[in-house]
Amino acid sequence: MDETAELAAFRAETRAWLEANCPDEMRSPGAGDDDMCWGGRKWTFKSEAQKQWLERMAAKGWTVPEWPQEYGGGGLSKDEAKILAQEMRRIRARSPLSSFGIWMLGPALLKYGNEAQKKEHLPKIARGEIRWCQGYSEPGAGSDLASLRTSAVLDGDEFVVNGSKIWTSYADKADWIFCLVRTEPDAPKHLGISFLLFDMDSPGVSTSPIKLISGYSPFCQTFFDNVRVPAENLMGTRGKGWDIAKYLLTHEREMIGDMGSPGGVSMRDVARQEIGTDADGRLNDPLLRVDVARFDVDSYAFALTMERVKDEAKAGQGTGAMSSLLKYYGTELNKRRQELLMSITGSDGLSWEGEGIRDGALAKDWLRSRANSIEGGTSEVQLNIIAKRVLQLPGA
Amino acid sequence: MALVLNDEQRMVKESADGFFAENAPVAQLRKLRDGADATGFDRGLWAKMAEMGFAGVAIPEQFGGAGLGMVAAGLIQEAIGRNLSLSPFLSSAVLSATAIGKGGSEEQKAALLPQIASGELIVALAADEKARHQPATISTRAEASGNGFRLTGGKPFVLDGHVADRLIVAARTSGAETDTAGITLFLVDPKAAGVSIARRSMVDSRNAADIGLDGVQVDGADVLGEIGGGFAILEAALDAGRACLAAELLGVSAQSFETTVDYLKQRDQFGVKIGTFQALQHRAAHLFCEIELARSVTLKALTALDEGDARAPLFVALAKAKTGDVAKLATNEAVQMHGGIGMTDEFDIGFYMKRARAAAETFGDAAFQGDRVAQLLDY
Repeated sequence: MDETAELAAFRAETRAWLEANCPDEMRSPGAGDDDMCWGGRKWTFKSEAQKQWLERMAAKGWTVPEWPQEYGGGGLSKDEAKILAQEMRRIRARSPLSSFGIWMLGPALLKYGNEAQKKEHLPKIARGEIRWCQGYSEPGAGSDLASLRTSAVLDGDEFVVNGSKIWTSYADKADWIFCLVRTEPDAPKHLGISFLLFDMDSPGVSTSPIKLISGYSPFCQTFFDNVRVPAENLMGTRGKGWDIAKYLLTHEREMIGDMGSPGGVSMRDVARQEIGTDADGRLNDPLLRVDVARFDVDSYAFALTMERVKDEAKAGQGTGAMSSLLKYYGTELNKRRQELLMSITGSDGLSWEGEGIRDGALAKDWLRSRANSIEGGTSEVQLNIIAKRVLQLPGA
Repeated sequence: MALVLNDEQRMVKESADGFFAENAPVAQLRKLRDGADATGFDRGLWAKMAEMGFAGVAIPEQFGGAGLGMVAAGLIQEAIGRNLSLSPFLSSAVLSATAIGKGGSEEQKAALLPQIASGELIVALAADEKARHQPATISTRAEASGNGFRLTGGKPFVLDGHVADRLIVAARTSGAETDTAGITLFLVDPKAAGVSIARRSMVDSRNAADIGLDGVQVDGADVLGEIGGGFAILEAALDAGRACLAAELLGVSAQSFETTVDYLKQRDQFGVKIGTFQALQHRAAHLFCEIELARSVTLKALTALDEGDARAPLFVALAKAKTGDVAKLATNEAVQMHGGIGMTDEFDIGFYMKRARAAAETFGDAAFQGDRVAQLLDY
């Protein structure tokens, strides 16, 4: 479809600006986690280019293109934001900032936060000055998240927080936490939860990284021992934190679901390279070729579903409850993809450290991806949600 | 184009959903099957479909059609899938109309397309020769004879072949048995000398015929498209057919799924509704996701055909592969979750499973389409 004159002009301006401002070093996919820019008080930039790229994009509000300008965003329309994303892809520009503040807290703050909270936190998220972590799961509250027990008791104009969170991603590197706490211990479990924001430097907060099967330690256990939090840091209504938690989980699911869409290393390229092709261009291993083709069928169908869900939302035809579908299918697909990449690369993929293919990244990514169908609500929880909300099955 | 229906397409969907549910529900299929009807569909229904503009939905307006394109044709075929309605829609209005529209001369188009759109003329595509779809494998020979050709060979699976007023026959004018070059399409009168037509009894009670060609004389003017260049026309027709079959499989899947979810809410065992069992809930929820994926890729395939997108063959292959697998899963789960009653002829769900199998096989199943996906993506 032809673009309107305004959108075409926006595209031209955006292209020119990106050409002039995106440093060359930022125009490649990067080697995974290590090349991402997370920002925050403790962040040390990996290069001058990384710093420049973040600063320039943040100055335009383009780390969060669709947020309002008054909160540090770009104030772009959906169409403009799409064009920006396309133009960034065109030059293979990296994302200037990876951030739970952008992906998770921001949308919830925009919807549930009061004006003072929005003014305080959103611009710092947009500029990458404050890095956030998410305090949701607890040792005794995994899939049954609403049974969480971390308590917050009002004492004067402060809440006193006690308890422990687990699987807190990058808690040891984060500056602030958005945290589910129980403020009404006598209310039914879903109605006694509040949403609290506080500084990880507060006295009484401690973190301890957890080493995973992948060798990475992205998750921590986090402990709160009489942490005093100003009462104004409560977001939304006291006792209604579960609504915010669910809203935010929707965004988290979509983010994790995104992993199912093709990105990063092309499996087809890897397959052609590792397996080789015959005179007709067919992969030399016929059974793996079938697996790759079957994966491609599902992968395209999934990517097109994401596209359709977005298009329907834009046209006001959204059916809702699709975030569980995207989370469930996207993560299962990504697990399949990593499994298949391991098969394709054979013993090369088994390297753990050193000079091997991508320094063991394949094996580590494969292991890391096992968590996709657990974090943000397990696959089984997503299926429960679909059975209940969409299919309205009895007792679900 | 966005992956949402526009207003015009939504109107087509509404009218098709209502029309087939009212005029051609599963009960009609059952009646036609039980009565061993010689035609195999209701000619009155086909006339009504023509009146509704369905028979000419994808035919350009200048040739008497509605000019609404493949997305609209797919919506009609999806409603056909939901109701298992019998008609020559796929063979005449989709496959043959596409072949004539793509390969026909102005005279051929003017002579045939308006009659297809009005439902008066049923045209069938006689292409496949192998039990497993291999569109380029054509042994039927066309040898120069007089001012035309003589056709000799056989077409064992011609949809609606027994009721066709005209056949489009793919025959080899040159090349080896599996070459794409050297295939030529001919318009053949089924009443011509040397044509033998035997109706086949199919598992899904659909209409197909085994057609023999024994020295059938055709005129030079009956060639459709270029001599030796028939494969591109055939592929265009087959892709239109495959995309519509994907839509039909989507309709079959969605209807069997909804019927099954209703059953889970009604059936009591162990003192509770069986829909309370998580073992069934999770399978139903998974199936819901699969059907949504099938819907997206089908809409993309139909849209790509309408837009003349160069990647249309890829999206069609993806859609046919995905919907074939999903319909198999949906109908098998439907029978399993219905339990014993799902195995009875009296209950409709078995019809859906039979149709899913037949439609999935027709013009290439998931294995054929998956291989095509791999080829198109260069591996």
